[in-house]
Amino acid sequence: MATPAPLVVASKLTKDFGSFRAVDDIDFTIERGESFGFLGPNGAGKTSTMRMLSGITTPTSGDLTIFGLDPRTQGPFIRARLGLVPQEDTLELELSVLDNLLMFGRYFDLPKAVIKERALELLDFAQLSDRAKDKVDDLSGGMKRRLTIARSLINQPELLILDEPTTGLDPQARHLLWERLYRLKSEGVTLIITTHYMDEAEQLCDRLVVMDHGHIVAHGAPRDLISEHATREVLELRFDTNAVISEDVLRVLAERVEVLPDRVLMYVHDGDATLAKVHKAGLAPQSALVRRSSLEDVFLRLTGRTLVE
Amino acid sequence: MTTLDQTTKNALSVGWPSWRRSLWYHWAFYSKTWRASVISTFLFPILYLTSMGLGVGHLVDKHTGLVQGQTYLHFVAPGLLAITAMQLAAGETMWPILGALKWVRTYHAAATTPLKPEDIVTGKLGWVSIRLFTTGAVYVVIISFFGALSSWWSIALPFVGVLTGLAFGAPLMAFSSRMESDVPFTTIYRFIIVPMFLFSATFYPLHEYPGALRPLVQFMPLYHGVALARSFAFGDVPVLATMGHVAVLASLSVIGVVQARKSMRKRLVS
Repeated sequence: MATPAPLVVASKLTKDFGSFRAVDDIDFTIERGESFGFLGPNGAGKTSTMRMLSGITTPTSGDLTIFGLDPRTQGPFIRARLGLVPQEDTLELELSVLDNLLMFGRYFDLPKAVIKERALELLDFAQLSDRAKDKVDDLSGGMKRRLTIARSLINQPELLILDEPTTGLDPQARHLLWERLYRLKSEGVTLIITTHYMDEAEQLCDRLVVMDHGHIVAHGAPRDLISEHATREVLELRFDTNAVISEDVLRVLAERVEVLPDRVLMYVHDGDATLAKVHKAGLAPQSALVRRSSLEDVFLRLTGRTLVE
Repeated sequence: MTTLDQTTKNALSVGWPSWRRSLWYHWAFYSKTWRASVISTFLFPILYLTSMGLGVGHLVDKHTGLVQGQTYLHFVAPGLLAITAMQLAAGETMWPILGALKWVRTYHAAATTPLKPEDIVTGKLGWVSIRLFTTGAVYVVIISFFGALSSWWSIALPFVGVLTGLAFGAPLMAFSSRMESDVPFTTIYRFIIVPMFLFSATFYPLHEYPGALRPLVQFMPLYHGVALARSFAFGDVPVLATMGHVAVLASLSVIGVVQARKSMRKRLVS
């Protein structure tokens, strides 16, 4: 029976590595059955948070409960009920696809027959049935990723945590993965996902938080975040590189203007109307593009455009 | 829902140590990849005993006569067992550990399951112990084929192999689980493993060493493994000396296990 209590509750959650504070005093709750995203640039504290949520590392301070259990004392019980897909695949490269699943199942103390049955189902789920006997080393990146996800499902987890599940995959592989994740969600599995891809977050997440420097800087449903932190539309203008543009003229026409080296972004309600006004003001952009605001605009606004290495 | 409850219940596994799953994993892995190690397990003892025992032994027996009252084959066989135990344990606890932590990262995968880092260490060393025991047993059988078994005490030799191996394997596992690169392993081989192989009174008795060097030889852990193996093989087991050898090897093993558990936790969980 589904319990009304949240699946994950974090309050004042903090993680230090020596003198470095990776996660700084964050609060969030994740409900059973939802799909929850953690967005943020590299080094924002996403992976550290994921490792705490999977019951692997313990918080430095603050409170965290997963399934109502305390990871400080009940880590193995928490880990028995969840699956973690780490950023890097951690498969046994010398073993076959099927053996990877069979052997991992034994870590959960499942009976051999149960593991076998689930492994065959999961191969089908991951579209790897015809590669069952092949060595993992010979698989493509997308196949290894699918196998890692299949492996994390061998204990039929209530909660699946995916740390950048589609980084490095081609679009076909990404879409296949998304489709599989939808299926899991519809089967009632709670998903926690970190990603760099804003389209992925918009596609997959019911709710998400944006992290930066260990803090949560925004939270909400993707649509709400866009309407809260961005305008309805964005007008992108490109000007001749020699043209001298008066930013002040543009600023009065938009809620917010961002001047980038190669183009000017105008955050507005109605892009076409603004473009007309731009022309009327005597400016002649080389090209103009009107598009809807996306989560990416929100993300860049909140975490800045500076490259994080 | 029942399956989930079963999984959670299994994480408890009352009455069974949780590291057995790690042990099982190693066994299963071995059962799929055993072919690679079969040569080192069966062929090396034969090669060693043929070359050192029969080849060099022929020369020694002809010119020197008995060594410690034994033919050279009898004398050198238990030493070779101790050497093999050291090499096997060292080989299992250097590159494979770093690989599982850094390259293939399978220990990180194990850390996402109900296993604890300590279980990973205990399971691995438990598995290494099983390998040491079976390799030791194979040695005893092959030595008997060479007609070089002289005492029923030899039945204890596989245990000597386990103890000698762990005295290297456990501290090396502690060391390896702190490493970021495999460069130090080559140094360990050159400056620890190979010198011990050559100078632990393995190929000739301690009293052949110059007096000043003898304490140095006795300082080497492998010396105690060799001495222990030899006394059991000859059926000459002096209580005090045997306890001393066991104490040295057991201390190294225990310190190694404690440290390895600590460093594995630090590596996987922080």
